[in-house]
Amino acid sequence: MSATATTIVNEAPPQAGPRAFLRRLRGGDEIAHLITLIFAAGIILLTSMLVYELWVNSHLSRAKFGWMFFFTKVWDPNFDNFGAAPFIYGTLVTSAIALAIAVPLGLASAIFLSELAPRKVSDVISFLIDLLAAVPSVIYGLLGIFIVVPVMRTTIGPLLINTVGNIPYIGALFRGPNYGVGFLTAGIVLAIMVVPFIISVSREVLLTVPRDQREAAMALGATRWESTWKVVVPWARTGIMGSVFLALARALGETMAVTMVIGNAPTIAASLLSPGDTIASTIASQFTEATGDLYLSSLIELGLVLFLITFILNGLARILIVATERGGGHPA
Amino acid sequence: MRKSLLIVLLALGLSALALAQSGTILLNAAGATFPYPIYSKWFDVYHNEHPNVQINYQSIGSGGGIRQLLAGTVDFGASDGPMSDDQLSQAKFKILHFPTVLGAVVPTYNIAGVSGELNFTQKALAGIYLGTITKWNDAEIAKANSGVNLPNADIVVVHRSDGSGTTYIWTDFLGKVSEEWKKKVGNASTSVNWPVGLGGKGNEGVTGLVKQTPNAIGYIELIYAVQNNIPYGKVQNAAGNFVKADLAGVTAAAAANAKNIPADFRVSITNPSGPKVYPISSFTWLLIPAQIQDAVKREAIKDFLKWMLTEGQKYNEGLTYAQLPKEVIAKETQAISLIQ
Repeated sequence: MSATATTIVNEAPPQAGPRAFLRRLRGGDEIAHLITLIFAAGIILLTSMLVYELWVNSHLSRAKFGWMFFFTKVWDPNFDNFGAAPFIYGTLVTSAIALAIAVPLGLASAIFLSELAPRKVSDVISFLIDLLAAVPSVIYGLLGIFIVVPVMRTTIGPLLINTVGNIPYIGALFRGPNYGVGFLTAGIVLAIMVVPFIISVSREVLLTVPRDQREAAMALGATRWESTWKVVVPWARTGIMGSVFLALARALGETMAVTMVIGNAPTIAASLLSPGDTIASTIASQFTEATGDLYLSSLIELGLVLFLITFILNGLARILIVATERGGGHPA
Repeated sequence: MRKSLLIVLLALGLSALALAQSGTILLNAAGATFPYPIYSKWFDVYHNEHPNVQINYQSIGSGGGIRQLLAGTVDFGASDGPMSDDQLSQAKFKILHFPTVLGAVVPTYNIAGVSGELNFTQKALAGIYLGTITKWNDAEIAKANSGVNLPNADIVVVHRSDGSGTTYIWTDFLGKVSEEWKKKVGNASTSVNWPVGLGGKGNEGVTGLVKQTPNAIGYIELIYAVQNNIPYGKVQNAAGNFVKADLAGVTAAAAANAKNIPADFRVSITNPSGPKVYPISSFTWLLIPAQIQDAVKREAIKDFLKWMLTEGQKYNEGLTYAQLPKEVIAKETQAISLIQ
């Protein structure tokens, strides 16, 4: 086909060019190519415009604070002194707690649903989990305020302080006043929010692992668990990691649910029970009343910092995936 | 029959045409959220009485209101704090402040075993929010509350996490009664670097945290406390009396200050003198350009201001906003002529 097209072009360039193009158009390939290209370029354009806007509008803050913006612990609108350190810390800590809880929980559920549960049960539960993923975050925030916060204050907090709190080194994570709101509470609420993502995507990925992989493992004498853990899960590893990074992205950017349970105090404290604040929650709560130019500019720079964090973590994720693929030698 | 219908239709069409020619005057405004309920009531009632004037108000926050006004995207703005000299000097045109209603801020608390109203001295409130007073049975709190069994418990301080006019009034008061506050935290501002405490989003967030956390104290708008039956404490005024906030006390505070109100109305009225005044209250302002090119718009805004100062004030108490005192209304009525 392409060979004939080239011959025609060679014979009569001026007229045949468009005609050949039209012929290819009729096949639909060119149109599909063009349309998808436009949309893909649109995404890149959108992202670069976003970064450009953040960069330009944070000019005042960048000029004044420079790199110190990342390390300054003060956020003082009254004396025009702004630093992102407590918010970066809060964002990373709450997201780490969320993943530490959500990954084992989500992965175990996904394995159960795809490998062990009867197909009908699995389908019904998966449907419910997909529903959970669509619940607005303010609902999770309310759940946090009315259920998680009181339980943290009256039961879990004191329990942690009295047990783990006494162990040297690790104990520092669970000391000090316990208000019920703080890093740990925010992390738990985030974990509840992101777990449906991990379960839903991981289950789909696990279900796509070919039957022969399982059968081959069993033929070699593996038990059902051995075949699941040593063959099926590694086979689906890239997809499972994808689900984890999707969850991380949601945890990093969450505003409403976090701002309702984190205590909104820009502090860097070793104790996970201490109140803190995150980048997204600060932008959401302070943007409307930010009167000074430098204040507004600093809030926009916070947005830029969040973008940077997401960018770096995504990059690390890619490297991790490539590295594990090499080590394991399994196909993606 | 058909003919008469035709005539009616023709008449209707003509009158509609006439209406379209006279035109509706559309005024755009944006700003503070605190007075939004009363503003939307005013704009609605005013529109019913003057069908040709429609005022479209967006409660995007004081900061947003000031920015939109400076950018010239709205006809007038609204703010819970007066514009600073700095902001006014940035403006390409002169901006006038018009106080509209009064708001007050009250302390609310949740202490195990204490059900009555607590008295707060000025020093106690400043000390609690500075973090220098940390226990409920501190001598500064106890001396104003004899007979109340205050527990030996740590005070959990709650403040607003979002920028807010409520915080502006609260920090304005604390700065006036405490030198240390002024030095450490600074001037009144919609958000500050809090020395201690947890942040709650909105009045409802602060109330929720205070209700849930034993031994907590927070500050909320008087309106919000009244509408939701939230108990609150008395605050000591400059004369040394403990006053429970109510609308009359807030108007009294403004009246006590009326003589000292500068011509541009940019004034803080926290902690005024007077035996019965409630000390933590403030005006909220409309920000209006002194020069309005469009004569039709100018007359509409001036007429609305006149209406707001007379008829409009009657709607305040129904929505639990304090009325402006007579003295201030008289001054503002004169100031309307400055709009040209």
